[in-house]
Amino acid sequence: MLDKKTPLVEMEDISISFGGLHAVERASIDLYRGEVVGLLGHNGAGKSTLIKILSGAYKRDAGTIRIDGQEVTINNPRDAKAQGIETIYQTLAVADNVDAAANLFLGRELTTAIGTLDDVAMEAKAREVMGRLNPNFRRFKEPVVKLSGGQRQSVAIARAILFNARILIMDEPTAALGPQETAQVGDLIKQLKAEGIGIFLISHDIHDVFDLADRLVVMKNGRVVGTAHTKDVTKDEVLGMIIMGKVPPGATPGPGALKA
Amino acid sequence: MVDQLAGAAPVRQQQNTQGPFRRFINATELDTRLLGMVGALILIWLVFNFFSQGLFLTPRNLWNLSVQTSGVAVMATGMVLVIVTRNIDLSVGSALGFVGMVMGMTQAEILPKVIGFDNNATWIITLCVGLVVGGGIGALQGIIIAFLKVPAFIVTLGGFLVWRGAAWWVAMGRTIAPMDSTFQLIGGGPAGSIGFWPSWILGVIACAGIVLSIYFGRRQRRRFNFPLRPMWAETSLAVIGCGVTLGAVAVANAYPWPARIAQRYAEANGIPVPEGGLFIPHGIAIPVLIAVGVGILMSFIAMRTRFGRYVFAMGGNPEAAELAGINTRWVTVKIFMLMGALVAISAAISTARLNAATNALGTLDELYVIAAAVIGGTSLSGGVGTIAGAMLGALVMQSLQSGMVLIGIDSPLQSIVVGIVLVFAVWLDTLYRRRAK
Repeated sequence: MLDKKTPLVEMEDISISFGGLHAVERASIDLYRGEVVGLLGHNGAGKSTLIKILSGAYKRDAGTIRIDGQEVTINNPRDAKAQGIETIYQTLAVADNVDAAANLFLGRELTTAIGTLDDVAMEAKAREVMGRLNPNFRRFKEPVVKLSGGQRQSVAIARAILFNARILIMDEPTAALGPQETAQVGDLIKQLKAEGIGIFLISHDIHDVFDLADRLVVMKNGRVVGTAHTKDVTKDEVLGMIIMGKVPPGATPGPGALKA
Repeated sequence: MVDQLAGAAPVRQQQNTQGPFRRFINATELDTRLLGMVGALILIWLVFNFFSQGLFLTPRNLWNLSVQTSGVAVMATGMVLVIVTRNIDLSVGSALGFVGMVMGMTQAEILPKVIGFDNNATWIITLCVGLVVGGGIGALQGIIIAFLKVPAFIVTLGGFLVWRGAAWWVAMGRTIAPMDSTFQLIGGGPAGSIGFWPSWILGVIACAGIVLSIYFGRRQRRRFNFPLRPMWAETSLAVIGCGVTLGAVAVANAYPWPARIAQRYAEANGIPVPEGGLFIPHGIAIPVLIAVGVGILMSFIAMRTRFGRYVFAMGGNPEAAELAGINTRWVTVKIFMLMGALVAISAAISTARLNAATNALGTLDELYVIAAAVIGGTSLSGGVGTIAGAMLGALVMQSLQSGMVLIGIDSPLQSIVVGIVLVFAVWLDTLYRRRAK
């Protein structure tokens, strides 16, 4: 099994608080190559916050992050990207007033020999990637603010996979999508997984996660309730973890587990 | 992957039902709002020309108009970037006064003691001092805005008071004059214009530039299989661009030096004065060249550099830009530094034109600059704006103002009209945007 190797990502004893609120407390999660780990929990359980620490949007108060067994420093989104960590945010973090190509390459623009933007090359590459992801996408010249939710989402996803990410974080990737587009995202996740990319999938939707994830991590009140292989637990048991913090026999309890 | 590039195939010629005007706009890919502004400008010119009995559209008035516009136009190019990132700079008028005073002191009181009066290097040293001071003011304000998180409105409102006060302090309220003779050329006037032949040569070079850029644009599109503009559209663009350029040169060359100055010049150089006076054309004024140069440079920065791309990305969604890995704070500081440097250039034009530095210089300029940018289509909600639009906006504002002077409207009424036009223009813009959505 993959579990025998060094984990791709290990986040250990991560804590962060905002004011007096402990948003995440001593949480530990890991992720292996080619694995999809679903992160579940209520609103405010701390799952988005924990993952934003990995993507560099927040800076942790305590804890260590290791990638391929090496401890790394992630203080901002640039550091995370340098480690091959790409994120698709729940809020669809796209720059509204520039076009799809500009969004795909934002922060990593292709330049010509004299250092100016090479828009034509970027657009050509964007057409190639978008063609793979969403062949119906045609509106390359328009600012993304004019696109539909699904189209904007495909821009956000294309940006994440464009630069050979090793670790992909998807925060509610299907929240803005219709059923057909949701299915496309599911296919994409399977494809990326086959390429050996590790994926954190954050969702409220327990069905989505059961379909796609190899392992589940449930959080409640900023702490990890427990971890389980998807095949070892039922949906009802996982709901019990999310709501009550009750850990079923098939799962490994974490620090947030309900003490019996 | 090649067949998936099918999206790049030329968009089929849409309905043939469109009128010729629509077809022209679609084929040339010209911005309709920019065309609307050009239309408004032509309308303003024709109306003023009518009410001034043909005085408005004379070479003399247009030449003066171009010189008067240049100072505000230079600053408006920077204001676009400031407003695009959802900031504002209310301090530019006061900063202009301060930088102008510093440059005045440098060339009239400090440098003469060090390197002598009217030294050849005076103007360039003065200009460098101005750019450093202006850039420094911008950096200071930018750092407070970006790193200390004080809103730009407040920081530059503070700057508005601080720099105006500082301008007084530089020379305790004295007016500094005269300026260095080379420095004065920056302000225009008969000597500060490049003359007949240089103007034509420059015009022809500009035309060559227009044609070449259209050619290279086309070649680049073909290289990547992008839809090409029809040949007739490319040709019309080239003809219009060259026509406007050469027309402007012709107008500038049709405005002669005042008779007395021409007379004196003829006597000094031993040129015989023909019957009916000597006709020496002004040609394009140096401040206008500076403004055009700044406009081209700023357009280049806005559209072809990473910095420019980040400015527009930040304006649309600052959080997304930050998450994409852009150092938004540093970009903000750079924007304000750039604004400061442009203020310095504008201050040089104003002081040189007046041949004096006064502490009241640039009063109310912040409002004209902001108005020019906004009339030119810069959205106060961020993310949208063009350099060319802002410069055109400056020309519209200045046309209104000098037109009203020309037809003898009282100055209180002038302010009222300018105020109403500003509100009206932004309202039109809001309508346009709502429709475009």
